[in-house]
Amino acid sequence: MKITLRGVRGSIPTTSPATKEYGGDTSCVEVEADGCLLVLDAGSGIQNLNLAGKIKNNRVDILLTHLHMDHIQGLGFFKPLFSVDTEVHIWGPASATQSLRVRLGRYFSPPLFPVYFRNLSCKLVLHEIEKSSFSIGPFTIQSCFVTHPGPTVGFRIREGEKVFTYIPDHEPALGRNGMLKDLRWLSGSDLALEADLLLHDAQYTMEEYRDRMGWGHSAMEDTLQFASLTRVKQLLLTHHDPMHSDAQLHTIYDELKEKFPTAFPFEMAVEGEEFEL
Amino acid sequence: MAYPIEIILSRQLADSLALPIFITDVTGNLLFYNEPAEDILGKRYEDTAEMSVDQWSTAFKNKDEKGNPLPPEELPLVMTLNDRLPHHKTFWIENLMGKAERISVTSYPIIGRAGNFFGAVAIFWRTPVE
Repeated sequence: MKITLRGVRGSIPTTSPATKEYGGDTSCVEVEADGCLLVLDAGSGIQNLNLAGKIKNNRVDILLTHLHMDHIQGLGFFKPLFSVDTEVHIWGPASATQSLRVRLGRYFSPPLFPVYFRNLSCKLVLHEIEKSSFSIGPFTIQSCFVTHPGPTVGFRIREGEKVFTYIPDHEPALGRNGMLKDLRWLSGSDLALEADLLLHDAQYTMEEYRDRMGWGHSAMEDTLQFASLTRVKQLLLTHHDPMHSDAQLHTIYDELKEKFPTAFPFEMAVEGEEFEL
Repeated sequence: MAYPIEIILSRQLADSLALPIFITDVTGNLLFYNEPAEDILGKRYEDTAEMSVDQWSTAFKNKDEKGNPLPPEELPLVMTLNDRLPHHKTFWIENLMGKAERISVTSYPIIGRAGNFFGAVAIFWRTPVE
């Protein structure tokens, strides 16, 4: 499968030249195999998708980890939603109180957006997921709730023998004693276990995290530990804090490499980067 | 296999509180008890980790206000596991050391966002005789 990072910034898009190298668009990842396309999250990075020739059988699947604005703000600008010939499937976390349609409808309605959900031209199919397992084309996908405010899932995507895990918003260390080392007590561990590639939240440095505990995001050091405990083969740190410039991310990365030698390679995610598994 | 996030977060909360708390799965196996609950069980979580119903339910005897044995089905935690509703009761327990204490127990079900039932939480506190 081919994985292309379309947006790796957290919280809010950045346009400053100082964040140009890693990229300023919010969460969106394109996953392709055998002519089948998955779009993971619909942050502002969705506008970077090049759909030409990629939509097989006029169907696109968008998998939303959750409905925070930085993960859906690009949805209204996704052209297939306005194409009568296209079937768009949106998969998103179930809530105890409101349907996915009602919750997405808050975004697709004035004053936030001029077009109502009911007026989208495509054939729209919504799927509510929780601890779920489903197949789309060549992909077998597992989802389950992870630690983050509001209903939030992560995804484990298998194609053939390869596994890509996507948990862009996650705070597995939330608790009095931080991250629990027993995998049974570690949020998201089933999704990440021995994945070939893990794309995981790493918004803060440990110093920043101490003042932002409970906000739903990870310190980079915790993400390294999470990847180590779940024995992933390669890690990408994503959901970069909008306040972190390219220069700061370079420095932070160099320090992490020095302080935390890992058994697996890890990098800071860069917008536009491609991976083949 | 990891426990559902609802159980993991319940443990993290229990671990931060001063009241004794038990967390069980749907069949009553004790998945976690916090430090204050170790006094009630007379065992340390670090030593026992998770315990089956058979293991932990024999750790103390339950008696009603008149000193009669309290059948398991009348205990709040068991009632919650049976009907998936919150329950509350004040009764006496006698631990393995023979120490009797009057306690109140409130239990509630762990039901996730999608309506799935994952287990129950029981909160204990000592209740002096009025």
